[in-house]
Amino acid sequence: MHNFDFVKPSSVADAVRALSAQGAQALSGGQTLLPTMKQRLAAPAVLVSLTGIADTKGVRLDKGALSVGGATAHAVVAKEARKHYPALADLAGGIGDPAVRSRGTIGGSLANNDPSACYPAAVLASGATILTDRRSIAADDFFQGMFTTALHDGEIITGVVFPIPEKAAYVKFNQPASRFALTGVFVAKYGSGVRVAVTGASANGVFRWTEAERALSASFTPAAIAGLSLPSDGMIADLHGSAAYRANLARVLTGRGVASAH
Amino acid sequence: MPKDGGIGASTVRREDIRFLTGKGRYTADINLRGQAYACFLRSEVAHGRINRIDTAEARAMPGVLAVMTGADFAAMGGNPAGWHIPSRNGEAMKEPKRPVLAHGKVRHVGDAYAVVVAETLEQARDAAGAVVADITELPAVVDMAQAVANPDLRVHDEIANNVCFDWGWIEDNRAAVDAAFKAAPHVTTLELVNNRLVPNAMEPRASIGDYDPGTGDYKLYTTSQNPHLSRLLIAAFVMGIPENKLTVIAPDVGGGFGSKIYHYGEEAAVLAASKALNRPVKWVADRSESFLSDAHGRDHVTRIELATDLEGNFLALRTETLANVGAYLSNFSTATPTFLHGTLMAGPYRTPLVYVNVKAVFTNTAPVDAYRGAGRPEATFSIERVVDKMCRELKLDPVAVRRKNLIQPDQYPYTTPVGLVYDTGNYPATLDKLIQIADFSGFEARRAESARRGKLRGLGLSTWIEACGIAPSNLVGVLGARVGLYDAATVRVNATGNISVMTGAHSHGQGHETVFAQIVSDKLGIPASSIEIVHGDTSKIPFGMGSYGSRSLAVGGSAMVKAVDKIIAKGKKIAAHMLEAAEDDIVFEDGKFSVTGTDKAKTFGEIAFSAYVPHNYPLESLEPGLEETAFYDPANFTYPAGAYACEVEVDAETGRVEIASFACADDFGNVMNPMIVNGQVHGGVAQGIGQALLEAAAYDDNGQLLTGSYMDYAMPRADDLPMFTVDHSCNTPCTHNPLGVKGCGEAGAIGSPPAVVNAVIDALHRGGHTRVTHIDMPLTPSRVWSAIQN
Repeated sequence: MHNFDFVKPSSVADAVRALSAQGAQALSGGQTLLPTMKQRLAAPAVLVSLTGIADTKGVRLDKGALSVGGATAHAVVAKEARKHYPALADLAGGIGDPAVRSRGTIGGSLANNDPSACYPAAVLASGATILTDRRSIAADDFFQGMFTTALHDGEIITGVVFPIPEKAAYVKFNQPASRFALTGVFVAKYGSGVRVAVTGASANGVFRWTEAERALSASFTPAAIAGLSLPSDGMIADLHGSAAYRANLARVLTGRGVASAH
Repeated sequence: MPKDGGIGASTVRREDIRFLTGKGRYTADINLRGQAYACFLRSEVAHGRINRIDTAEARAMPGVLAVMTGADFAAMGGNPAGWHIPSRNGEAMKEPKRPVLAHGKVRHVGDAYAVVVAETLEQARDAAGAVVADITELPAVVDMAQAVANPDLRVHDEIANNVCFDWGWIEDNRAAVDAAFKAAPHVTTLELVNNRLVPNAMEPRASIGDYDPGTGDYKLYTTSQNPHLSRLLIAAFVMGIPENKLTVIAPDVGGGFGSKIYHYGEEAAVLAASKALNRPVKWVADRSESFLSDAHGRDHVTRIELATDLEGNFLALRTETLANVGAYLSNFSTATPTFLHGTLMAGPYRTPLVYVNVKAVFTNTAPVDAYRGAGRPEATFSIERVVDKMCRELKLDPVAVRRKNLIQPDQYPYTTPVGLVYDTGNYPATLDKLIQIADFSGFEARRAESARRGKLRGLGLSTWIEACGIAPSNLVGVLGARVGLYDAATVRVNATGNISVMTGAHSHGQGHETVFAQIVSDKLGIPASSIEIVHGDTSKIPFGMGSYGSRSLAVGGSAMVKAVDKIIAKGKKIAAHMLEAAEDDIVFEDGKFSVTGTDKAKTFGEIAFSAYVPHNYPLESLEPGLEETAFYDPANFTYPAGAYACEVEVDAETGRVEIASFACADDFGNVMNPMIVNGQVHGGVAQGIGQALLEAAAYDDNGQLLTGSYMDYAMPRADDLPMFTVDHSCNTPCTHNPLGVKGCGEAGAIGSPPAVVNAVIDALHRGGHTRVTHIDMPLTPSRVWSAIQN
């Protein structure tokens, strides 16, 4: 690790100002950034910690939706979202290990948009809204490809608002080594229809499987998608699974998600 | 029943208190006054010509004390190969020099070519970034078949076809084996890969070189499984310094699994740097360096054929194997695929004719050497997979076929067609025990229950045998070893009656401090708490050969018993003097020396005290002191064996395999500490399941390691494993060592991979996927699913 300066502002405005400095980098839970810095693959001049800002932390119910602060740790979501949005709590409780869940945050995960991360699936399948220091961004506009989002330089995720579905489930199939999602599927049933988001599978990052959404909106049963299949074009192929394998997983896990939705 | 703390007791491991409370003293915990820090520069390409290494800028950086490159070590010797394996045509094996630091060429990603030493580790790292290496990348040789076939691709310019040796075992039997195949009613053929593994000891390698300019003595603290062997290699072969001017200390070592048997260039580099700078130089590998530069394990590609009659009686077996040795020969890399592999190809069976061909192949990858089991897992996997395939082809029961081909209890000593003499065993007994403890009869009900949950259940079986207690010097000498493989122990009874035992074996997690104390306690009748086991420091211990090949107890423990016997003999002399009796009339029992038929006796403590306060000794016939050293060189290997069963559930939709249960029936001979033996089996099976389902060191075509971190290299974790059922009640004591022990450290890793794979294939067949005859390890979900699809 190289030397760096460290600041921990207590307001969003101060954080935005600090991030405008040359070589500044936002630090939330640091579960991706810190290992990268330790390996000397990143060397920011200034780390701006986002975890000292009280009003970007916590889980609360707000006008029928679940609002999660951007700097809320996975472990907190796993506990506090349980009563309102159990599938979201399941997802948060299955990220990494206890140490990761105690440090890692939802805002950090979304801003990084790792193609194998879990949270993007929940956010996209829920049609959630990402709140930043300067605007609101719909989930459908937020994710723009592997490690790419709609965020501008220095823009901070302050919260995420999740509409609460009637039923939902997240089914994750672990990559055996990292235990990131080799493929993960979030299925959410709303009065307006069903949304299905797939993470881990596509080289473009999280995506909606609209064909399955149509079928499941008509009939929310595993049988409704039994005859569907996802094309393997554009799927990730690596040591841990071919493109066809990931396409298969997405289909199988969607069915299991429908069966286990609660 | 064993005495508390004696032989056979499940004594709690005394070393765990310090390990579990953070009080272990590992090499990285040692900080010497004035120490500097080393950072190695490692090749980023698999193969390249070093044109120039510009160190000027790095030398000028803050805190930098020295920058050394391969040129600085060019005059030193190479790190040698420990076994000579001649080719079938009688040619000597190819032994390219393995320098301390790469010089002229780099030959694998991670090959160290320079070292920076600075006041702090961060300064050393910063300066390493300023070293400019002009390296022309050359085509990499990664795939063994290509390495052998393409004469234009060479890891070492002087070695065409990259073949180290082409070995036949036993060459004289080849024609008879071939003839048996021609005449055989049935031949089963299987091509398989024994996947390459990264050892992943919990503690990464670390070394501190400490040269004393006052005395000219060198001291090396290092993560070694055998400090005396490292000293010999460094002093006599690499650095050319007198052995008695080098002390090697391997303090607490956090696992080795083979990877810390060997001498590595970093050790010589820190010693040389320490001498150049007149201050200690410390290096601790980070995990990425471990992945790139520890000797890897396995990596065989094998074609195995089994000739049988139509009833499944084995008639002949033959194999052709390409064994990857990587870019350089690590110390035992030539022995592992040959004398630890070819000699085991009879397994526990009466196969009358066996022929093994192994070509060792250089590639632009990290060196490959012995890893837990070392050659024997490869042999066992090949045999047990082809036997299973044969049973399926001939529609025979895999239990019955194995049972009828096993060597029978009345056939010992049994001479195999591959050059070993098994002294004792009872393979049908462990197989029967396995069938009982694994509840074979309840399998069908369990399978039906799994099916109700949509899962395919399978049952896999394997038998295994190994030659371990790696020893007899005369035998290994005939087989090409350039070292002896005895071991040694010194038992020092102190004046106050407590005991220091110095052993040549090395504990890096095995629990020697507990078990060796149990043995000495049992033999001398004094409490284990009065016995200290000293290991790992060449200035304290007798010249022993360290720990690997499940040899510590069978060889090191036997040396200890021999030394204890000498102590008792000396104690009798002293007692005879003190009790004014004839030496022949003295008996030793329960810690007391007494005159037979009388109540005259001296306690062990009284004898010890007298030995060091010899006020009235007849010095012409009785020496003071009570300290004895023994060297033990056994008559044969030991041959533990057993049978393993694995049940799996396969999710056919995703290809995911879950281990439902795993049972082991082993014969380890006499068991000294059942709890520790259970732990060894648990650990070995965990590693075997890791190999079967999870682990693979994968290089791409350019020789880049794709699995260079835990993000991509899957280690087995607790939730990947079932509770194990372990039995070692069917024991036949070894016939030729004083404890009747065999060795248990590698068993689990040897016997388990074929049981797992056989279980998965069984599950798929029972589920109707009958075209799947083999899946190469690791059986990842993706591979299993693909096999089902095809």
